[in-house]
Amino acid sequence: MTATARTSVVFARMGDPEAHQLDRYVATDGYEALRRALAMTPEQVHETVTTAQLTGRGGAGFGTGQKWSLLANTYPRYVVINGDESEPGTFKDRQIMERDPHQVIEGALITAYAVRATRVFLYVRGEMALAQERVGQALADAYAKGYAGDNILGSGWSMDVVLHWGAGAYVVGEETALLESLEGKRAFPRIKPPYFPAAKGLYQQPTVVNNVETVATIPWIIRNSGETYAALGAGRAPGTRIMCLSGHVNRPGNYEVEAANITFRDLLFDPSLGGGIRNGNQLKAFIPGGGSAPWFFEDQLDLPLDPGPVGAEGSMLGSGAVVVMDDTTCAVRAAWNLVRFYAHESCGQCTPCREGGSWLEKIMFRIEAGEGRLEDLDLLLDVGDTIAPGPFPHASWPEKGLAASPFPYKMTTICFVGPSAVVPMHSALTRFREEFVEHINHRGCPKGSAHR
Amino acid sequence: MTDTSAEQKTTVSMTVDGRAVEAVPGEMIIAAAERAGTYIPRFCYHPRMRSVGMCRMCLVEVVGPRGPQLQPACYVPVAEGQEVITDSPAVKKAQDGVLELLLINHPLDCPVCDRGGECPLQDQTLTFGPGETRFVEEKRHWEKPIPLSSLVLLDRERCIQCDRCTRFADEIAGDPLIDFVGRGDHTEINTFPDQPFASYFSGNVVQLCPVGALTAEPYRFKARPWDLEQVESTCTSCSVGCRVAVQSSGNRITRRLGIDADPVNQGWLCDKGRFDYEAVNGDDRLRAPLSRSGDTLGETTWGEALGKAADALAGARDRHGPASIAVLGGARLTNEDAYAWSKLARVVLGTDNVDCQLADGLPAEVVLGLPHATIDEACEADTVVLLTADVKEELPVLYLRLRGAAVAGATNLVELSATTTGLTRYATTSVRYRPGEAAEAARQLVAGGAVTGDKVVCVLGRPSLAEQPDSVIEAAGVLLDAVPGIRFLSGLRRANVHGALDMGLAPGLLPGRVAAADDGGWFAGAWGTLPETEGLGAAGILEAAAAGRIQALVLLGADPLADVPDRDLAQRALAGAGFVLALDGHLTASSRQADVVLPVVLHHEKPGTATNLEGRVTRLGQKITPPGSSRPDWMVAVELASRLGGDLGLETLDQITDEIATLAPAYEGITRAALAAAHDGLLAGRDDASAHEAPPTMSSAEHPEVHAAAALGETDIVASEPIAVRETPEPAAAKPPTLRHRPAGRTATPPATDSYSLRLVSSRALYDEGTLVQHSPSLAHLGRGAAVRVNPAELERLGVTDGAQVRVSSSRASLTLLVAVDEGVPRGVAALDYNQAGPGAADLIDIATAVTDVRVETV
Repeated sequence: MTATARTSVVFARMGDPEAHQLDRYVATDGYEALRRALAMTPEQVHETVTTAQLTGRGGAGFGTGQKWSLLANTYPRYVVINGDESEPGTFKDRQIMERDPHQVIEGALITAYAVRATRVFLYVRGEMALAQERVGQALADAYAKGYAGDNILGSGWSMDVVLHWGAGAYVVGEETALLESLEGKRAFPRIKPPYFPAAKGLYQQPTVVNNVETVATIPWIIRNSGETYAALGAGRAPGTRIMCLSGHVNRPGNYEVEAANITFRDLLFDPSLGGGIRNGNQLKAFIPGGGSAPWFFEDQLDLPLDPGPVGAEGSMLGSGAVVVMDDTTCAVRAAWNLVRFYAHESCGQCTPCREGGSWLEKIMFRIEAGEGRLEDLDLLLDVGDTIAPGPFPHASWPEKGLAASPFPYKMTTICFVGPSAVVPMHSALTRFREEFVEHINHRGCPKGSAHR
Repeated sequence: MTDTSAEQKTTVSMTVDGRAVEAVPGEMIIAAAERAGTYIPRFCYHPRMRSVGMCRMCLVEVVGPRGPQLQPACYVPVAEGQEVITDSPAVKKAQDGVLELLLINHPLDCPVCDRGGECPLQDQTLTFGPGETRFVEEKRHWEKPIPLSSLVLLDRERCIQCDRCTRFADEIAGDPLIDFVGRGDHTEINTFPDQPFASYFSGNVVQLCPVGALTAEPYRFKARPWDLEQVESTCTSCSVGCRVAVQSSGNRITRRLGIDADPVNQGWLCDKGRFDYEAVNGDDRLRAPLSRSGDTLGETTWGEALGKAADALAGARDRHGPASIAVLGGARLTNEDAYAWSKLARVVLGTDNVDCQLADGLPAEVVLGLPHATIDEACEADTVVLLTADVKEELPVLYLRLRGAAVAGATNLVELSATTTGLTRYATTSVRYRPGEAAEAARQLVAGGAVTGDKVVCVLGRPSLAEQPDSVIEAAGVLLDAVPGIRFLSGLRRANVHGALDMGLAPGLLPGRVAAADDGGWFAGAWGTLPETEGLGAAGILEAAAAGRIQALVLLGADPLADVPDRDLAQRALAGAGFVLALDGHLTASSRQADVVLPVVLHHEKPGTATNLEGRVTRLGQKITPPGSSRPDWMVAVELASRLGGDLGLETLDQITDEIATLAPAYEGITRAALAAAHDGLLAGRDDASAHEAPPTMSSAEHPEVHAAAALGETDIVASEPIAVRETPEPAAAKPPTLRHRPAGRTATPPATDSYSLRLVSSRALYDEGTLVQHSPSLAHLGRGAAVRVNPAELERLGVTDGAQVRVSSSRASLTLLVAVDEGVPRGVAALDYNQAGPGAADLIDIATAVTDVRVETV
C-alpha cells in the first residue's frame, strides 16, 4: 500500500458540496478541457484518449479510444452516455452525476466532438431522483452559458444533449437494451451480431455508448494529456478508477484509486480505504466487480486491481463494485439474494434467462427455507449449465485462468443477465457446498434468521 | 426456391451436419436447413415475420474462429463455407434445456387444451425434449383465460412468450395493441388499459400461437384436432380470394385456417374470412323450397317450386317477351354456377337483362377491359394509386399486402379518396376529393408528379355508393393517358363478382370477357342462340321492374333491399316485378318478398372454381354436405332449362369447368388438370407471358402451422383422381377477342354544391348488416353502427356535440342519426357507413343523381 493510492481525477471536486453549480465547476477548471478540445482536431482529441489508455468503466473494460475507432463511417451517428448504473454494489456513477454533473456533460461533449457525432443522449437511471435533478439543472445552465447547444464557446461547433430518464430496469444497463429503451421501446437487449452499437446502434445508426465515469474522466485527460493519465496506476488498465466498496467493511464507500497499484487486501484493509472487516470478523468472500462477477476469497486478496490478473483468476473487475462478506454471512442466502435480483430483472425476452433464472431462485429459496434435497445441488448446476453451457469461471477451481474457464463463457441467452444469475449460485455452491448440504440436512439455515 | 440457373453463382455453399447445402443468400440457417431436410425445432421463428431469436429453441452450433458456438439458427444468415451442426451433444443439451425451461411453468393441461394434438410445444417436446421435468416448485399462476377482444382469449399460463402474436399485431397488421407486460418470469402478453385487441386480423394470432395460449371464441372447445377433417379452398367472404384450409367435424365447419399462398394471402386471413363460416353452420339456413301463398311463404317441394318458377318464367318469356325477364346477382356463385345461369339466361330465357352487380360496383367493361394487375405487381409497383373505397374495410388482406409493401418501402402508395382510409397513414401522397370530382383530382395528381415510375398499378373500385362512378372511371382514363403502362387491380369487393363477370353475368357480355358485339358467331355457334339486343344493367332492371315492365325477376343470392344503394328504388322494383324467384342460403329482406325461394348450397358445401380480383382462378373445396335439400345454383339452372324446354348441355360440374376452359377465351388453358396442379391458382386472361410464370412459392409443406393442420385431413380432394375431360365441340367461328376498354375523356361535369349541404360519402365497413356477418353470432355484434361522421368544424357550425342526434335529409329521405366527429372527413363532406343496422345511406341515395347531397340539422 502506497500513500498515493488515492488519487483524485474524477473525484477532484468531491470535497466541495456545491461542485454541481456551474460557477463552482468553472472556477475549478470546468469546461477548460472542452475549450482546449475544440481548439484541437477531433482526431487529436481521439488520439489523446487513446494515448491515455482509458478503458470503459461500465463493466466490460473495453478501450475507449479503440471503441471510438470502430464507429462505422456513416451519418448521422450518436453518442449515448449510459447513466443507468444498476449493477448490484455499484454506486459511483450516481455520485458523479449528483455531485459533479458538469464533468459528465463536458466529457460527453468532448466525446461527441472527437467522434464527430450528430447528437448526444444522456440516459439517467429512473430511480436516481437527485442525479436527474442535478444533471437536468447542470445542462440547462450549460446551455444558458453557451457550453452546450449552438456555437459552443464561440467555436462554431454545435451540439445538442438530449436527457432521458429511465423507467427502472436493470437490463437497460446493457447497452443495446438501453438503445431500445431510448428509442421508446421495451428494453429488450438486441442480438449481437449484427447489433453492435458501433455499426448499428441508436436508430440503427453508428453509436458510441460510454459509461458516465468513463466520460467524466475525459476532461482531466484533455487538460493533463493522455500520457499523464496513462502514467497513473499500472497494468492493463492504467489511470484511476472508482471502486465502490460495500458490505462488511468498516469504511464502505467510493474510493478513487490508481487501481493496479493496489491489491484487494489494500482496498479492504487499508485504514484510508476499507479499514478492515467489521467487528473484527474474518473475511468469507468478496465480489470483485459487481454482482455478476464470480466471487473471490482470501486466496485472491493479494491480486492487484488490474483486469488482467483478475480475469486470469476467473472473475472480473467489471463495474468496480467490491462487495465484502464476512464469516457471519450465510453463503446460500447471499447467493440467493443475488440470484433473486437477476431473476427478477430478467427482461423476459429469452427462455433460458426468463425461466432458468427464476427456477434457480426458487430452488435456492427452497434450500434456504429448509425444503432442499441433495439432488437439488446437481440440479442447480445443471440448470446453470443450460443457461451458460460448459466450463464456468470461478476462483476456487483448481485449474484457473482463461484456459480452464474461457471468458466470455458460452451462453444460450441473448445477453449477460441470464448467466449473471448463474454466477452467484455457482460461486457459492462450488466453494461452500458443505453449507448447502448443511442447510439440507438441518432443514433450514443453520444461522437462523439472525444473519439477515 | 433455390435458383441455380442464373449465369453467376447465386447460392451460398454451406454444410449442415456435414452435408453440403446450397442456400439462398440472406436467408437464415433455419430456412436453408429445413429445405435441405433438417428440421431445426423452433417456436418464435416464422418465415413471414422478422426473426427475434427469443425462444432459443433453434440453437445450433455454428463453427467460428473460436470453435463451435451456439447460435440461434433463425437469426444467423447463411454464409459461404459456413459449418452448421444441429445434432451435437451441445445442441441436444440446449434443446433439452430450453424445452424443460419452457415447460416448468407450462400448465400441461393438454387434455383440455384446444391446441392439444396439433401443438408445436407438445410435438417438439416429444421429438426433441427431455422425458420428464425436474421442477417441483409451484407453477406460475394467472387468471385464465382473459379476453383480448371479443374474438380472442388469452391463457397466460400456457403462453411461452414467443412474440409471435405481438409481432404479427405490430408488423403485419399494423395494430400494435398487444405487447409484453412485466419482466422476468412474470412477463405476460396483454392489451393496454381500456384498449381491446380490436384488430380486423386478430384471429391470425390464434393460428400463429405455438401453444394453446390464444384461443378463438368461435372454436374454443368445439373440437379436438384429431377429429377434424380438412380441405383446401378459397375464402369467398370478399374478392381477395385468400386460400384457406376448411376444417369440419360432424358435418359442421369448425374452423378456417389461412394457407400460405405466396401471391395472395401469405397465410393471413381477416377475422370476417376466418369466422363467418358460422353462417354456413347456422340453424337458420334455408332447408327446403318456399312458395308464396298470399302473404306467407310456406315450405314446398322442389318439384312444385321449380314448376311454379318455370311457369312464371315461361309465361313472361312467351307472353311479354324475353326482355321482361331479368336476373340479378351472382357474386355468391361459383364460376360454374354463374356460367350455367349466364347460359340459361341467354339461351333458354332469351334475355340479356343480367347483372351480377347491384349498381354498387363499376361497369363490366371497366372491370374487365383495362389491363389487369396482380397483387404482387401492385406490391412491387413504383407507385400504387388507390382509387377505391377503404381497402382495410372492404378487402382486408389486400390491405395487409399493400401496407406491408409500403412499410417495407417496396412501393409508394398514392391515395385519392374522399375521406381518410386505413391506408392513409401509409400513403406518401393522400389527396382528398369531393365526391363527383375524382377526375379533376386525378388530373392534379398527375400534373403534380405524384405518379412516378414505370410500374404503376391503380387499385380501381367504387369509392362511394353515394356517388355514381362516372368521375371515378374518368379518373382511371386520366391515369391511363398519363401512364401508358399502368395496370389496374380491381377493388370490387363482392365475393366472386369477378368470376361472375368473367362468366358473362352482365349485359352485353359473354363468358371469358367477350363483348357480345365481338362474338362473331363463337358463342352463338356453340350455344345455338344469343339475345339480339343488349339488356339492362342492375339500375335499368330495377327501374324497369318498378315501372312494371319486368314480369319475372330472378335474385341469385342478391338482396336488393340491402345492397342496392337506393332502397326506395329496390322496394319499388320488388313490388313492381310480376314474379320474383330467389335462390339463397338464408332468407333476406328481399327474398322474404319473393314468390318462390329455392334453398341453395353455400361455400364449403360445393366444389367448383372462383376468380379473385386479380383474375386468379382457384378451386373451392367441399367439406360438408348441405342442409336439407339445398342444391347448387348450377343445378337449378339446368333443371329450369329442362322445364322450360331447353337444354344447357350441362350435366355435371366438371363438364361446366371443361366447357368454360374450351369456350371462354380468357379461361383458355384453365383446365381442371391445370388447376389441380397449380397450388396458387391460375390467372385468367393475362396476355403477357410473365403473368403465368408462377413466382417461387413456399408450399404449405414449408410452413409448419399449415403443415401440421394439413396432416389432419386430406388436403386435396381432386388432384389424385384421373381427370376425364369431355370435349365440348368448338364452333366453326374464330374465338372472339377479350374485352378492351378505354374510358372516354371528359364525361361528367362535377355537380355544383350549395353551402348548406354536405356531400355524402358511403362505403362499407368490414362488419355490416350483410348476410354472412349477421348470421355469424361471433361477428354480428361487431358492426360500429350508423353514425354520420363529419369534420369537427361542421359539428361546431351545427352547434351540436359528438354523439348527439341529428336529422340527415336528402332528396329521398330524412333520417335521425347519431353524429360522430371525425377529423378524417373533410369539411363539406358527410360520411356514413353503408349497410349498418337501421335506416341509413341506402335510404338517402337516389341512384339517378350523380352525387348525394344531404343536410345535417339539429333535431
